[in-house]
Amino acid sequence: MSLWEYANPVKFLSFSGKIVPWFAAGAALFIAVGLYWGYFLTPDDYKQGSTVKIIYLHVPAALIAINAWFMMLVASLIWLIRRHHVSALAARAAAPIGIVMTLITLITGALWGQPMWGTWWAWDPRLTSFLILFLFYLGYVALWAAIDNPDTAADLTSVLCMVGSIFAVMSRYAVLFWNQGLHQGASLSLDKEKNVADVFYQPLLMSITGFVLLFVALVLIGTRTEIRIRRASALLARERG
Amino acid sequence: MMPDLGKYAFAVLGSYAVGLALLAILVIWMVLRNTAARKRLEQIEGARDGQN
Repeated sequence: MSLWEYANPVKFLSFSGKIVPWFAAGAALFIAVGLYWGYFLTPDDYKQGSTVKIIYLHVPAALIAINAWFMMLVASLIWLIRRHHVSALAARAAAPIGIVMTLITLITGALWGQPMWGTWWAWDPRLTSFLILFLFYLGYVALWAAIDNPDTAADLTSVLCMVGSIFAVMSRYAVLFWNQGLHQGASLSLDKEKNVADVFYQPLLMSITGFVLLFVALVLIGTRTEIRIRRASALLARERG
Repeated sequence: MMPDLGKYAFAVLGSYAVGLALLAILVIWMVLRNTAARKRLEQIEGARDGQN
């Protein structure tokens, strides 16, 4: 069995319909446990006080905001190279999720930044690249909506996705590239010494797992929606023509 | 037991309120949109089958 079989919309609908409930249930469970654990059962940080509890929303949302764009990039490349419609529709389905995750990151970041840095916003490299990523998401959705021909829309949004990937990379590595600004380095690292303390790390990992599962569930639901909308449009066009 | 958030209560509660509200809106919007698309497609396919 090949992965490419699921490029067939009928097979994709059948398979995704079976796995969506599992991903959704897993997402609900992990997010609920992660947030409950983080909010109620972890101590305050010695420097940041109770604001450290924002990490359980801010970091998972930021992680998804960046990686949703990379998922869109991979799906867009598959569309450009192999012309699988499901792939282009999966990229389209991921964009609204990316918008919301970027928005959550920016808002929780501002709420966290005000008491810690004394300002809601600074033109710091990481904050600025995240704002640009947010604008790219909006532009991506607007471009899909603005073009009637779905294949042309998929082509042009794929190109936009490749350009926007620069800002997705910058959002992730801006702190390392410029080594300046207010934002701290990554909260998670393969180097254990650089990670947040275990007491914060474990519930954070739960919350991140929940957000990843939620992202997968929502991309599948969104792709199913886009396939149905495309099929309905095709049937109506055939009747009229 | 409710944790004592002290002077940072606005920042923490505000973050959770906004974050969870946005997540809820996203999930509800995507599920409703999917349901509407499914019903519309079923309606079109039903009408088409009726004609044939």
